[in-house]
This record gives sequence, structure tokens and C-alpha cells, in this order.
Amino acid sequence: MSDGRSDGATRFSAPPDGYRIVALDELSAVYHRASGITHVVASPAPEILDALSGPAMSADALLMVLTIRYDLADADPAALAARLDELLMAGLVVAQ
Amino acid sequence: MKHQFAMRVGPVGFRIGSAWRAPVEQLAALYAGYPGADVPDFTVRLGPPSPWRRWLRPAVALAGDFTLPDTAPLPLAHALLAAEMGMNLQVALGHRRHLLLHAAAVERGGRAIVMTGESGAGKSTLATLLGARGWRFMGDEFVLLDPATGMIHAFPRLVSLKNRAIDAVAAALPDARFGPLLTGTPKGDIRHLVPDARAVAAMDDPAMPALLLFPRFGADAAVRPVAAGEAFVRLTQASTNYVALGERGFDTLTRFARDVPKVAVDYPDGEAAIAQVEALWAAL
Amino acid sequence: MGGAVTLAALLAAPAKADALPQEKWAGVIAAARAEQLLGALACRLSGIAVPERVGAILHDARDMAAESRRAALWEAEMARRVLAPLAVPVVLLKGTAFVAGGLAAGQGRMIGDLDVLVPRAALDDVERALLATGWEWAKPDAYDDVYYRRWMHELPPLLHRDRDRLIDVHHTILPPTARITPDADALLAGARPLGNGLSIPAPEDMVVHAAIHLLADGDLAGGLRNLWDIDRLLFEFGEEDGAFWSRLRARAALHQAVGVVARAVRLSHALFATAVPDDWRGLRAGDAWFRRRLLARDEWGRETRAATRAAFYIRSHWMRMPPPLLARHLAIKAWKRVAPARS
Repeated sequence: MSDGRSDGATRFSAPPDGYRIVALDELSAVYHRASGITHVVASPAPEILDALSGPAMSADALLMVLTIRYDLADADPAALAARLDELLMAGLVVAQ
Repeated sequence: MKHQFAMRVGPVGFRIGSAWRAPVEQLAALYAGYPGADVPDFTVRLGPPSPWRRWLRPAVALAGDFTLPDTAPLPLAHALLAAEMGMNLQVALGHRRHLLLHAAAVERGGRAIVMTGESGAGKSTLATLLGARGWRFMGDEFVLLDPATGMIHAFPRLVSLKNRAIDAVAAALPDARFGPLLTGTPKGDIRHLVPDARAVAAMDDPAMPALLLFPRFGADAAVRPVAAGEAFVRLTQASTNYVALGERGFDTLTRFARDVPKVAVDYPDGEAAIAQVEALWAAL
Repeated sequence: MGGAVTLAALLAAPAKADALPQEKWAGVIAAARAEQLLGALACRLSGIAVPERVGAILHDARDMAAESRRAALWEAEMARRVLAPLAVPVVLLKGTAFVAGGLAAGQGRMIGDLDVLVPRAALDDVERALLATGWEWAKPDAYDDVYYRRWMHELPPLLHRDRDRLIDVHHTILPPTARITPDADALLAGARPLGNGLSIPAPEDMVVHAAIHLLADGDLAGGLRNLWDIDRLLFEFGEEDGAFWSRLRARAALHQAVGVVARAVRLSHALFATAVPDDWRGLRAGDAWFRRRLLARDEWGRETRAATRAAFYIRSHWMRMPPPLLARHLAIKAWKRVAPARS
């Protein structure tokens, strides 16, 4: 896939009206409205979706928000990029 | 078609057409206590796979509004099984008013236990045995979850007992009504049990789900709680129309998986299972 | 008369539903399900008084069609994402085009496969891009593969391994062996962009394609649904634009499909009372035969008129292949059927 997502200029968002999310103990179920597909996700996917619910932001900015807001001490840019990629593939996060 | 019969099971109306008289007579006898269906939701057809098979080695092809490709025809002697399979298939693929769970359910005091698991987990037998001990039998194939209310609706079709369960249930329910013994079907020996009069009379009364069980037959007695996420994933696999219902299905199933207590129950035999279920119920 | 006759009458004149006796509904519903037209019927009858149980069944059918629409549009979006980097035109066809274009023909329609048209020169790149992103050959069979590549107007069907949906990639709308040769370049050139990188055929081309699909590309199984597509397209395009009918005639000529389009229009008018200019009306010799075939469905949802259906089956192969090629194709198919028993 090549949406240029490693490119620092790409900005990401996850409009909250695009999906529904329900916490189920340690997991969360996410229903993506455009595809009708249900994704069962673990942390930090729900946190990423929540952080991207407002204005679009770059991957670096997202990492910073996650570190501050959710106290993700061991936030790893590579792992974050992988999660972001999965959410992009699913259509839950859009790149612009 | 030449012979036909219509009835309603829970909220679902069926019309069954047949090229032969015998299957319709069997159905009419076994479903005698059920209401009719003025406008059926689904049509099931019992006809020969090719014209000559109506008389020559007569066989029944499974057909109806919804069909599966490559379903092998059954001998005419197993027409009752074909009818039941046809009805189940229509519900599984066509019903949309409820979220369908491949599960059994029993009710007491307006609250229900839902039991789900793969074939062989013993949910039919368990529901039937509980039905003999004061619980209301709601169904052993489909549990219908109402998206608007979160309540479950009964679908008390004939119980399809297989192999060893036939004698076990006959012993537990000496007064029950049974269909003919069908030997050598693709699923082994099958005998249909007519749900008791109470199950049929109350089939339009929904119940609030109070306990979700994942029973497993053949292991030492054990009980463990199941997390909501795991239950949700297993229930999506146990539902034939979860995807088809879209967001309504998601809302209904997440609410069910989150709000209802969930327990995995391993049991060595029917008596032990009943004791385990009663203990869990008492502890709610 | 059978269920399909009542079904067609209700699609043509939904107000008649009011007077339909309750016991007739089961037959209409069974025939409509078998013809994949229950969703369309449900949309057509919305707002018309029907028995309560019928209303519930129709409500479910509309709901089912809405989910089908959602899945079809998402599948188109998935293909769009994969094909966008190739910068080749991608034209949606059939049901997906109807819903993506917001057309009346998409209302209540069930959509299975994703059908797209791409330039023939782009076929290899498109195939490679799809195979690299989760699509797999649906039938891993060497003969069928060669057969498709040599004689067909599309790639062998590809199935997406996660979403379990088929894509049919066409480079034209009829096999090159068929008696008529539609102009694929004109179809691509005339397509209307949707604004997201995908496009749909021009209105006239959509009608021509639907007519070819109905009458020149198959044995008319499921034909009533295809004819209903044509009715809805003619209804919508004919109503909004006075010049539509003359453009349709010219476009049909360009695609060598004058006879096919004219017959589809006549049949649509005859079965669904489609508003059609006078000079497009009046049944011709042979039309009655097609009409019988299209309505061969009884009130139990069973196909009737086996002889008529068999004749159309042979006709479908006859039209798509010159006789020596047809003989060879049928011989290879027959050999393949007995082969597993011998090995």
C-alpha cells in the first residue's frame, strides 16, 4: 500500500460519525459504517481513534497526543505506524 | 404444489409445498398444536431432483426461497428431515427481524438462559432436559434476539434428536410425542421430538436474557467466566445473520455480549449439567 | 398463470397491490425472491397499503437491499484504492454503477459481484495490482483460464480472500467471439466521472449494456431482473431528457446492438408498461417467445417451461461462439466432467 503514510506531511483523521465503538472488557468492537465490517481491536486502537476524532494530525503529533493523553510511556513510533496502517486499511482512519 | 402445509413457529411463518402426500401428513401431525400462517415469511419446497425421481427411487431435493448449492437429495423416507433442514435454512439466510444465534434457550420467571456451542456440545439435550424440570423450552436451534428490546424470542421448532440423545430424552420424557425414527441419515439416526404444549402455547412470549452459557459435553465438571470480548467473537460466529443485519446487528450483539453474564460450562453428563446450571442460576 | 406474471404486473402498476387478495401474496413473494426482485418490489410498493405481514416482509427486503448497496459501494472503494495508482480509467458496470450513480435502477437491487470495465491495454496491470492486494483466482483451473483469456471479454473472476467478494474485470461487454461487437473504447470515452476516480457509463451506454446483457449474453436466467433494470433506466433517462431516445438509437447503432436494444425496449414496454415513444413500441415476431421465457416462474418460485428454457440455453452458446468453437468448448467441458471419475 502506498498512500505516502510514512511521509511526515500526511495528516490523519477518524471522523466519529464513520464508526461505532463499544468496549467489551479488555477488547473493543468497532463497527465501520461505510463497509459494514466489524473489527475487534485491542489498545491502542481505540485510543488512536479517539485522538483522531477532531482535526487531522500528523503521525508525530498523534504519537505526542497518545503519550500525553493516555500516558503511553513506551509509545513506539514503529508500532504506532503499524496500528495506524491497519486502521487505514480498514477505512476507519483516513489520510489526507 | 400438489400438497401443502403452513404453520408459524415463534415469529416466523412457513409454507411447505410437497410433490408427495406423506411428508405433508407427517408435518401436519407433528405441528398440530401450532398456529397457521396467513402470509408465510418463507416457502420451502419438497420436490424430486429430476422428474423421474418422483416415482423411481423417490428423493427429495431441498429447495425454497433460499438454497445452498450442492445440497445432496435425501430419500423420500427422510422427507421430514428435508423439511426441517429447509425451514432452518430459510431462517438462517432470510430472517432479518431478529439477530439469530445458533443456540438453545429455556425460560423461567420471564428470564432466560441462552446456551450456545457447536453441534455436539449438547445444547439440544440440555434444553430438553431442563424443559422436563420446570423450565419453559424456547428452542434448540435458533435464539432470536430483538434489536429493539434486547429480549429473546422463542423458536420452538421440532427438536431434532440425534443418535444417543434419542434414548436419553425418551427416558427423561416418557410422555413426549416423537416423529418416526429416521435411520441412516447423513447425520446418523434422527428422531424429532414435539416440544411440550407449554412451549408452544407460550411461544409468543419473549424473555429477558439473564445468563449466557457455553456448554461443552464430555469433560470434567468445570465453570469459568467468559470475558465480553471473547463472548462477542464467539457469538458473531454463532450467528447466521450478524453481518447481514449491519449496524442493527452490531448494536444488538454488543449489548447482549456486554450486559448478560457469561459462563463456560464443561460437564460430564446431563445430570451434572443440570446441577451446574441450577447452581449458576441460583447465584445470579 | 404463475407468480412472475403477478410480480411483473405489480412492478408495472404498484397501486394494484391494494386489490391483491391476501392468499396471492405468498406466490408473489416466492417468485420475487427467485427472480432477485423482492427488494425492487418492496421499494416500488413503499407507501402502498398491504397486509401487515406482507409489509414486514417488504420492510426486511428494503433493509437487505440497503446492506447490499453498502457492501457493493465499499467493494468499489476497495478496488478504487488499489487501482488509483495505475491512473487508468475504471468504469463501474451493472448494479454497482446504478447505486454509485444514485439511479432508480439501484433502488432495492441486490448486488453480488463487482463488475468493472478497464482498457484492454491495462488488463495486465490491473490483474497484477489486484493479485497483490488480496484478490485470488476464484477457479484455479488451467483450461478455464486459457478459455477466459482467449475467448472471453473479462479476466477469470477474482475473489477477495478476506471480504469473500468477486470482481469481474471486463475489457469489453461481450466476448470477442460474439455476433455483435460493442465499441469498448467509446464506452470508456463516454463514461461519466463520479468525482472519486471511478466513473459510470453514459446513460445510453448503460441501456445498451443492459440490453446486451439481457438478450445477447446468456440464457435469460434471471432475465426479469435485467429487464427491470432496463425499465428503470428508460424511465429515469427518458423522463429527464427529451433527446435521450434519439441518442439511444445512435448509440445502439455504434455498438452494433440496434436489434437487441429495440427488442429490450419493446419487452420492457410490454411487461412493465415503460413509457416509450410510439416508434419504439409494438411487439415483433419472436418477442412472445422471450416474454414466455422471462415469465417462466410459478407461484412456488419454481422455473416452469423447461423446453423454452432449454432452447434459450442452446441459443446463448450459439450467440457467443461460432459453431466449431462451440463444439470444441462443449467437448472439453464434457471431458472434464468425466475425467475425475477415471482418475
